[in-house]
Amino acid sequence: MDPLALIGMVSVIVSGLTIAIGSVGPAFGEGKAVAQALSSIAQQPDEASTITRTLFVGLAMIESTAIYCFVVAMILIFANPFWKYFVTQAGG
Amino acid sequence: MEINPDNIAIFSIGSFTVNATLLFTWIVMLILALGSFLITRKLSSGLKIKSGQNLLEVIVVSMRSQIREVSQQIPDQYLPFIGTLFLFIVVSNILAVVPGFDPPTRSLSTTAALAFCVFLSVPIYGIRKKGLKNYLRAYVKPSFFMLPFNIIGELSRTLALAVRLFGNIMSGTVIIGILLAITPFFVPIALQLLGLLTGIIQAYIFAILAMVYIASATRSKQQGEANE
Repeated sequence: MDPLALIGMVSVIVSGLTIAIGSVGPAFGEGKAVAQALSSIAQQPDEASTITRTLFVGLAMIESTAIYCFVVAMILIFANPFWKYFVTQAGG
Repeated sequence: MEINPDNIAIFSIGSFTVNATLLFTWIVMLILALGSFLITRKLSSGLKIKSGQNLLEVIVVSMRSQIREVSQQIPDQYLPFIGTLFLFIVVSNILAVVPGFDPPTRSLSTTAALAFCVFLSVPIYGIRKKGLKNYLRAYVKPSFFMLPFNIIGELSRTLALAVRLFGNIMSGTVIIGILLAITPFFVPIALQLLGLLTGIIQAYIFAILAMVYIASATRSKQQGEANE
């Protein structure tokens, strides 16, 4: 199989796997964080604004890993340097 | 659609090319500066104030209270920087639903520049507040072996700021672009609503995280700063 087809095939498969596996962990973590935040708001409704703000900051940190996986998947599909190199070689 | 707005060239003056990121950054700056200038030309302090002044007062008062709560210090020293970050990011994210507008935060260049501003502001505020020796002493705080981890932690959280904002906004616009080709009538509208929500949340998170980093660098031993 010539390198162009091989790179295209592997890139697409791996980018699908990246975003699929990479979004499982953060989803679990965010669910746990929101559940804990809701129960602590129920215990202390006066502190709801502080808890909500801390919850959002925590969710942003947890979401970062999923965003990294998404960016890698996007790079593999749309801005793949190996693909571009072999395309210019095949075209030139 | 083009994945990187840095590569969309609008026009060029001589050898300097104005790309889409630059043009829409200028448009956001124009909207913010011109809007605020027009609203604040005649401020009134009575009971009846115009709606524009009311809007700006709500925004500024809520930003000040958030900064005061997070930093436990006088908020006015941080308000220009954090407020500008929040306003720029929120306007450029919200205007993404306007057809033809390409949010400048969709480009990694813009978000990296904003994260770099935060990265520079942390030592500037820290040294101004605590002095150079006390600020540097915080890097070896638990023990001397934590010095490389503290430095790496600071670099990685700056990188995380940039990539988080870039990833969220880029994913929103790319998904809408793809859906416009598949199911063009009502489904992209639902995702544009989601894009509005995540745009505001990401702007808030960026500003709050910047404030948390600055506050952790300027935190003094006694927490009894004057709360007005």
